[in-house]
Amino acid sequence: MSSSLRMTLTRRLALGSVALGLMAVALPVQAQDTIKIGLVAALSGQSAKSGEAITRGLTIAIDEVNAKGGVLGKKLELVRRDDESNPGKGVLAARELVQREKVAVLFGGLDTPVSMAIVPYINSEKVPFMGVWAAGTPITRNGAAENYAFRVSAVDEIVDQALVDYAVAKYKSKTPGMILINNSWGESNEAGLKKALAGANMKYAAIEKFNDADVDVVPQLTRLKAAGADALFMVGNVAPSSIVVKSLDRMGWDVPVVSHWGPAGGRFNELAGASAPKVHFIQTFTFSGKLTPKGEQVFAALKKKFPEIQTTADVTPAVGIANAYDGLHLTAMAIAKAGTTEGPKVRQAFYAIDKYDGLIKSYFKPFSTENQDALGPKDYIFTRFVGPEILPLTN
Amino acid sequence: MLLTSALISGLGLGAMYGLIALGYHVTYAVSNTVNFSQGSVVMLGAVLGYILGIRYGLPMPLAIVASLALCAVFGLVVERFLVRPFAERGSNAWLMATVAGGIILDNLVLFTYGKEPRSFPSVLAEKPVEIFGAGVYPLQLVIPVVGLAIAIGLQQLMQRTKHGKALLAVVQNADAARLMGINVRGAIAGAFAVSALFAGIAGLLIAPLYAVHSDMGTLFGIKAFAVAILGGITSAWGVMLAGLLFGLMEALITVSLGSVYTQILSFALVIVALALLPNGLLGKAGVKKV
Repeated sequence: MSSSLRMTLTRRLALGSVALGLMAVALPVQAQDTIKIGLVAALSGQSAKSGEAITRGLTIAIDEVNAKGGVLGKKLELVRRDDESNPGKGVLAARELVQREKVAVLFGGLDTPVSMAIVPYINSEKVPFMGVWAAGTPITRNGAAENYAFRVSAVDEIVDQALVDYAVAKYKSKTPGMILINNSWGESNEAGLKKALAGANMKYAAIEKFNDADVDVVPQLTRLKAAGADALFMVGNVAPSSIVVKSLDRMGWDVPVVSHWGPAGGRFNELAGASAPKVHFIQTFTFSGKLTPKGEQVFAALKKKFPEIQTTADVTPAVGIANAYDGLHLTAMAIAKAGTTEGPKVRQAFYAIDKYDGLIKSYFKPFSTENQDALGPKDYIFTRFVGPEILPLTN
Repeated sequence: MLLTSALISGLGLGAMYGLIALGYHVTYAVSNTVNFSQGSVVMLGAVLGYILGIRYGLPMPLAIVASLALCAVFGLVVERFLVRPFAERGSNAWLMATVAGGIILDNLVLFTYGKEPRSFPSVLAEKPVEIFGAGVYPLQLVIPVVGLAIAIGLQQLMQRTKHGKALLAVVQNADAARLMGINVRGAIAGAFAVSALFAGIAGLLIAPLYAVHSDMGTLFGIKAFAVAILGGITSAWGVMLAGLLFGLMEALITVSLGSVYTQILSFALVIVALALLPNGLLGKAGVKKV
């Protein structure tokens, strides 16, 4: 190689590296033009509708915030990753969003096992986490000295109290049984239901577990029936919950089913068939019935943004939309209050939020270090499917 | 009542495992290879049936025949591209290739068919009938009948007909079989098509009892493989019998001890059974004649 050629090459290399260096300096500046909001949720698989609902709620709220000039002078930008309802994939996605995308706040999806896996990570990274669906009690009550997990959603332990109260008030149940999904969400509710029953001085007939892939749960239900269950508490996602209903049908066992909100995550009415309306389940919000002005406004925005939404039946997992909508507004308020996107300051700012007129309710001091859940026992309603629509039940 | 409903549930489930496991048996008997995407073909049968019969509204018998034909074609594709190139070189890479094929199929279906589980209505799974005090869908009774009929047919075909014997000759000594004028490649390809056909039938039979979605076949595929090994993969009878026993065992454990113990005990019992009968229930030790 001639020396002149070598010199040219070296010069080119030097120029190239200067250019690269400049780009490296320039790129983050461009990336900082927006504040990124991360979402790790089920965007595929049997709970895909939940991820879609959360996305819709976040999108509407982000549009509203951005229309008013954004936060700290920057627009909010949503970055989504699919966890496929798999905790391992969820943690990987969370890492990618925190480390590479530098999201300011990370939103979580429907699956408790996924959120449970992500929470220790965000606590160690000091990035606030906003749960808007998964209800597992330990997600927010995780025992960390500095807890970064906040939630605008149901909390299993409080839901379980409500389920027990409902079964007693509505069905005069004395010895209810439990049919629970065999994962950490099921466990969280097993603990919650036992505690609630003990509080009400009641005994349970039996506890049975079932799996996502079960085709037939007649054996489990047969055990519950033999043990004398006079009502069933059901905890499971759409597809397995519908297998419970079909198995009950086949056995010809007409027992009241009081359920956590799993059935709301998809086409429960189609999967469970004619008996779907028999299942009464808990929600934090429904667009059906009489809406508040805020409800009207959000519903109109949804119809405008997503043309496939025509009626209230098209927004079936309303909880996902409403929780995400309120969660995003509260998050935007926290970032604005903090004056920065640094995790520890945003966390403190969540505690400082005073008042927010939301979609689900009017929040007053929604978060404190003792209680990082914005929704409480008074914020639940019981509903059921009528056709494809989730309608509130009046007790 | 407690026992009858468990027995009927168990037999129905067991027959499904057996039917899928027969697919492993067919290819193993002919070529000593199996299609590990069998679980995905179960799903393919159900998804195609749903798309053709419900989404596009074809008459159901036509939709079923077309779905099964496409499943058989998939079996041929698996053999040609995922098994033959490796097996003919004496490599065991077909193991991984067929697993990978199944994962690819699952994901292709996820993106084309959709993410949500859908219901596959059937007149045979609408109103339960009562048998010894336990409610059963007529379809749950059809499944064991179909499974047993196929097992009997297969056993007869293999042992009594010229074609069946030709298939068995292939696995004994492919070269000798070829010299005797047997179309070895054709026989193996045919076995994979039949294997996929069985999985497709199982998928269509399971679909109305369950929900149709892209990962519905995974667990079935794994359990069916356990069943195939338990039954002695070389015997169609053994495989079907093992399927029924496995289903019954699951149901009985659930009813007597509770669902927490089902998976632990049923798979532990499979291991015990194999320790006592290394060739499976009705399988014979392979004797290589030199």
